Amino acid sequence: MSELISLENISLKAADMVEEGRVHKDLYSDPAIYEEELDKVFNSTWVYIGHESEVPEAGSFKTSYIGRHPVILSRDRKKNTHVLLNRCRHRGATVCEHRKGKTKAFACPYHGWGYGLDGSLRGVPKLEEYDGVLDKNELPLESLRHESYQGLVFATFKDDIEPLEDFLGKAKKWIDLFVKQGGGFPLKVLGEHRFNFPGNWKIQLENTTDAYHFPIVHKSFVSSLDDATADIFDFLDGEGFVEDLGNGHSVMVMIPELIDLEADLDQPIPARFEELAQALREEGQSEEQIKRLVRASHGTGFNLNLFPNVSCSMAFFRVLRPVSVNETEIQHVALGGEGAPAVFNQKRMRLHEHFQGPMGFGTPDDGEAWERVQKGSMAGQDGWILVNRGMGKLFTTPDGNTAGAVCSETGMRGAYQHYKKMMAAGEEK
Amino acid sequence: MTVDANLVNNVTAFIWHEADLLDHKEYQDWLTLWNDSGLYIVPTDNNETDYEATLNLALDDKDMRRMRVTRLESGESVSAGAASMTVRMMSRVRIVEQNEEQVTARCAMTLNELRHGKLITYPADVEYILTPKGSSYSIQRKVVKLLHADGYLRTVSFIF
Ligand code: FES
Ligand SMILES: [Fe+2]
Repeated sequence: MSELISLENISLKAADMVEEGRVHKDLYSDPAIYEEELDKVFNSTWVYIGHESEVPEAGSFKTSYIGRHPVILSRDRKKNTHVLLNRCRHRGATVCEHRKGKTKAFACPYHGWGYGLDGSLRGVPKLEEYDGVLDKNELPLESLRHESYQGLVFATFKDDIEPLEDFLGKAKKWIDLFVKQGGGFPLKVLGEHRFNFPGNWKIQLENTTDAYHFPIVHKSFVSSLDDATADIFDFLDGEGFVEDLGNGHSVMVMIPELIDLEADLDQPIPARFEELAQALREEGQSEEQIKRLVRASHGTGFNLNLFPNVSCSMAFFRVLRPVSVNETEIQHVALGGEGAPAVFNQKRMRLHEHFQGPMGFGTPDDGEAWERVQKGSMAGQDGWILVNRGMGKLFTTPDGNTAGAVCSETGMRGAYQHYKKMMAAGEEK
Repeated sequence: MTVDANLVNNVTAFIWHEADLLDHKEYQDWLTLWNDSGLYIVPTDNNETDYEATLNLALDDKDMRRMRVTRLESGESVSAGAASMTVRMMSRVRIVEQNEEQVTARCAMTLNELRHGKLITYPADVEYILTPKGSSYSIQRKVVKLLHADGYLRTVSFIF
């Protein structure tokens, strides 16, 4: 009998579909597995919500999601941040439908209950009818545990999981390196592109640690570049690597010379950056500052994948949200420096527009490939997705981590092994 | 209020010509409709007016327009290869402003795309700044304000 029951256990079924070098295609297409993932993964770990620069002042807010749950990231009058469930405590309407903005309070549109930026219930119309039945102190917007690292804000439904910094672990070193692209200024969100694709969220999760596809899928992008820039994107035969950072995180280093944007600042400015350098010179920036800004302008040489929903991807944040088993929403968040010269931030936005977003020279081709993967997952009864590339040539990095070549699938394997662990957690075999 | 029917007619004829070139992917001809300093803009925020200082879906100067066309025509882009024809309707043309140097016009667009067998529709408000060129116009600025610019779009492998 107990054996029969365990056969029905969807989480364990999903966990068993992850093998060392391959995963079953049903992980992309089975709606029952998807439902379990929302609970076992998204409701059970740290999920990226946004960047602190998106809520810069008292009264700032932005809306976001943890899996299926709408949430609000807000900053109260004392400048403390909060992550609140976007659900009125009366009869449950969402209290905020704006993407971002500034407000004094969140007013529920249905019967007018009003909440402070810290979630506290402030106003209830015709309060006298609640005499003896309602205590306002007991009905704030539900507040979630949240912590941030280098301005990246994560929230979780779990009060008993490890602190954020422990969860990020070995990824912290790479976040520290990533934020240097503010060019000496604090990193700041400049805007975002939003698009969706008809496919499972894990297809996107894999893609940000997939260098193998780049010269194939993005051939038309590389062709559009000048020769010197095209050379930089020709990284498959270079010294790059993919390092498993634990907890599902990984880093894919494509351009090793651009790991640390504050190193090598005494090198001459490459000719292709001369236009930006000149524009900065005309603004009266010092040569030292110009070198620093120019080097930071194109972003880092690596993708840092943070399980389960954000990638610090060379020059921007790539945030995913699962909508259904075969639909995923993606944000490409453009970054710059708070207080940095306008020409620097504008250059970064133009570079972002060039490749990213639904009209960039890169994303539409990625989208086409991902859509095909989802369609292909319906073919046959027993198909497998191979993630074994580079498994025979692993090595250990100076940090003590398992790594493979830049175009290996080491990062995907790390993410799937963590996924397997989370799906099986708390289930009895 | 008086409407200069002749002017509306001329501007509409130009907009239809451009639309026909784009739907039939005659991109090289489309490139010749532009002034060198012209900008093709698809904003993420339709209330924005300073496009250089904000993130757009596209902000193409002459070089970027040429590169965009090269990419779509290269045969190297898997999404451009999979894209079907588009069919767009341009209507509700109004002249917003006019002087010796230029005409500012605004119109409605509905663009339909068939993609992997699914019909996708893009409604938009389109603003043109046109400068006289011979008996017709050339484009100084085209701003395509998609109705769902700040929502989650599908990826785009054609030109609005
Ligand atoms: S549901 Fe919010 S006030 Fe009634
Ligand atoms: Fe890609």
